[in-house]
Amino acid sequence: MKTRNHEYTQWGERRQSRMFVRGLHLDVPLLLGIIILSTIGLVILYSASGQNDAIIIRQLMRLALAFTVMLIVAQISPHHIQLWAPWVFGTGLLLLAAVLLFGEEGKGAQRWLDLGFFRFQPSEIMKLAVPVMVAWYFADNPAPPSLKNILIAALLIIAPVLLIAKQPDLGTSLLIASSGVFVLLLSGIRWKHVSVFILLIATSAPLLWFNLHAYQKARVMTFLNPENDPLGAGYHIIQSKIAIGSGGLYGKGWLNGTQSHLEFLPERTTDFIFSVFSEEFGFIGIFCLLILYLFIVVRGLYIATQAQSTFTRLLGGSLILTFFVYTFVNIGMVSGLLPVVGLPLPLVSYGGTSMVTMMAGFGVLMSIHTHRRLLSN
Amino acid sequence: MASRLRIKDHIRESRTFNERAAIALALVIIMMIVILARLVYLQIISHEHYTTLAEDNRVSIVPVPPTRGLIYDRNGTILAQNLPAFSLEIVPERITNIEETIRELSEILEINDDHLKRFKKQLQQKSAFRSIPLRTHLNDVEVARFAANRHHFPGVEIEARLVRDYPYSHLTAHVIGYVGRININELKKVDASNYSATHHIGKLGVEKFYEDSLHGAVGFKNIETNVVGRTIRTLEQTPPLPGKDLFLTLDIELQQAANKALGKHRGAVIAIDPRNGEVLAMVSKPSYDPNPFVVGIDTKSYRALQEDIDKPLFNRTLKGQYPPGSTIKPLIGLAGLEKGISTTNNSIYCPGWFSLKGDDHKYRDWKKSGHGTTTLEKAIVESCDVFFYDLSLNLGIDAMSDYLSHFGLGKKTAIDLPGELAGILPSSHWKRQKKGLPWYTGETLISGIGQGYNLTTPLQLASATATLASRGLYSRPHIVKAFGTGTDSEPLPAVLDQENRHDIASNENWEYMVNSMVKVVHGVRGTARSISEGVSFKIAGKTGTAQVFGIKQDEKYVAEDIAERLRDHALFVAFAPADKPEIAIAVIVENGGSGGAVAAPVARTVIDEYMASKTRS
Repeated sequence: MKTRNHEYTQWGERRQSRMFVRGLHLDVPLLLGIIILSTIGLVILYSASGQNDAIIIRQLMRLALAFTVMLIVAQISPHHIQLWAPWVFGTGLLLLAAVLLFGEEGKGAQRWLDLGFFRFQPSEIMKLAVPVMVAWYFADNPAPPSLKNILIAALLIIAPVLLIAKQPDLGTSLLIASSGVFVLLLSGIRWKHVSVFILLIATSAPLLWFNLHAYQKARVMTFLNPENDPLGAGYHIIQSKIAIGSGGLYGKGWLNGTQSHLEFLPERTTDFIFSVFSEEFGFIGIFCLLILYLFIVVRGLYIATQAQSTFTRLLGGSLILTFFVYTFVNIGMVSGLLPVVGLPLPLVSYGGTSMVTMMAGFGVLMSIHTHRRLLSN
Repeated sequence: MASRLRIKDHIRESRTFNERAAIALALVIIMMIVILARLVYLQIISHEHYTTLAEDNRVSIVPVPPTRGLIYDRNGTILAQNLPAFSLEIVPERITNIEETIRELSEILEINDDHLKRFKKQLQQKSAFRSIPLRTHLNDVEVARFAANRHHFPGVEIEARLVRDYPYSHLTAHVIGYVGRININELKKVDASNYSATHHIGKLGVEKFYEDSLHGAVGFKNIETNVVGRTIRTLEQTPPLPGKDLFLTLDIELQQAANKALGKHRGAVIAIDPRNGEVLAMVSKPSYDPNPFVVGIDTKSYRALQEDIDKPLFNRTLKGQYPPGSTIKPLIGLAGLEKGISTTNNSIYCPGWFSLKGDDHKYRDWKKSGHGTTTLEKAIVESCDVFFYDLSLNLGIDAMSDYLSHFGLGKKTAIDLPGELAGILPSSHWKRQKKGLPWYTGETLISGIGQGYNLTTPLQLASATATLASRGLYSRPHIVKAFGTGTDSEPLPAVLDQENRHDIASNENWEYMVNSMVKVVHGVRGTARSISEGVSFKIAGKTGTAQVFGIKQDEKYVAEDIAERLRDHALFVAFAPADKPEIAIAVIVENGGSGGAVAAPVARTVIDEYMASKTRS
């Protein structure tokens, strides 16, 4: 009796705490994955920054902000998100146009909008607004979508993507394009249409090439043969490969990476933080890190499959796949598989707004998962 | 229109979505595997390759220069040392715009055209990662001024270097020579890796001859550097092996005395210990200050030295080739005795001139009235020319040449100094070979009094005198007495080259000749009797004059009438004490006129100083 009673109370406590988390609209496995990942991020950032406490404190403050944003977004029911979708998307589009007209230059690209009290990148809004908008568009249309619907969806994607590519911010525009494309693919678009789509991309690739900025072309060329320009454009990728390769199976140990500590590795707290991690923790460390990313992706996809409406399914699936693409592109870039496009490693790299957007995305996922029963009621 | 009629099938849509999500998951896993494969390639398969690259990034090998060996005189007085000096150095590789950097540097430090010229020359010769000095010998104020602005100048550093210093300056310049910046040709001759941190190399004198011993072996430091090349720490090092110290045979006090005794004259003094060939003093005058050559002498000063009519850069002791004049007479006298042509008793009559049969050319004696009846001894003491015209005629040029070669004339002494010349010991064979002409008897006569084709260096004269003094013991003249490896270890004696040549003259003949030479100094009619005053031991000597130009027939020679530079060179050779010689000397005073009046007192001063220092110690 005692044991039963005990078991009962334990079950009750667990239920109570679960209710509490549920009340906050948080998904525990996803939350755990994110917390572990950002902790690893702080540990490696401490090493990559040369044990700079100020940077750690700033990153902690950003994380706090990002978690707060996630918590707030998680409270908003998907229903409301769906309602606001056209308005948010429309505003984002206007802001992007404003950036091109009045935007501030930073590092040779026009990405910032100065609102007097606060500077931000409208492209960050679009990272969420594009999948939300495309999912909204398909929400009420029966699957599989017709060609007309696909073309309209494509327009919704291409408009912001072109505006961002014009800034120029190739990395972000490609990611936003892929987030929209994920919605299309998940919506049950016919394989016939997919192959036509791929053919279109293949034929327009040369066209895209001629519209690239010189530095974007250089990045692609450098990617194809980094040893061509070891002191110039190829320097980043060569040093990054040296850092990763010299890490070996077990790594050089935390705080012992020579490539990063002696400053051979460029951008080591931001885009190239994965190289620092590889150098210090080796292949085994990376394997564990990738498992963690995979866990988050799997949990995200699970949430999407459990979603109860077309809108939430498509949105959830797109958000988590975009998260994965971020991860893949960053790792592919620093390990020399992909050109250097300047994307951070999600939740690990030092820095700003993209982390907040990312966490807002997780907030949406949590909202989708935790508002299910409320919806069905 | 048709699509409007289509009804949403939630179950089917959900199933489609799940299918697509599964495909997406499969793709995610495939991409993860691609990443893992890439990382296996980088971290496991190519691990060694990238480790090497990381090490190359991180570790640089820096050569550490060895400290150059010091040079001491025989009593341990330092003659060449290394003093710390600050220089401003630039590593071209680390600077994007050298012109601009130099312009900015010139705002805080004095940088003139000479500095720039020297810097640019080295800039072309050296690799970009080697540091090149722009300014040397910075003073404290300049060092402080640069230190305050240092952060503006990455790639520019103040280096404390040891700079070679010669405290005795002019006095030892011709013996020790100097070190100067290595040029490309010199670098080709040495082991470049051993000289990878060395900036200077011996250019002349002892510094050049003993370069290998003085230099030492380079050391290496493995240092960890960051991306801009700043040293983080030293990982390991092989310390350099310092160069050997050299102890010279030279006695700096004797050197000083000889230098002083020459006064304002141009000339050379060499003192050798006849017992072992040690060079005790070696003065070539005028001289120069070698110290500016170490840091790089400016063009103007160098040109001034080169164009100086007195030729201060010219080392007279090794390269000056003078007719030996009458100083050769004791050797020819010995030849006469040994070949049985003259004896200690026979004599000739000297009317003041000599002529060959069938030739009315008069070969003059320096004394117009003649010496009258003259024995060999008298001919030495009074330096009678006619006696030696007669003797050399009887000996013949080839026998004479052959005998004189025993005393080392006409060939290098092989002293341990660079640049020595061989002089000329004429013979009929030599003349045929060099001039393509037969030998004339008249030339034998003037060769007999050390004129004509005869040329000797002061070193050869001193060495021959030493052989004479030691009665035939030949010791190769040498300037280095011992090697030391650091201050705490015992010096190792240099190898001594000795050869016994007692057979070149019999005992009686040696003594006869030495005795005659003693009378040159101590005899009442000796040509060097002026220096005999107050000597407690016997000095053996021989005066000589070497004609700078030929005197025409029947023309009276009046020294005062001739411009100073056309005057005869005054020579004197001597050794003392005559019975047990410890010092042999050759003195040449250029355009000094009379050997007895000008050159002999120099020798006397040196001998006095030698004896005095002997009693002092």
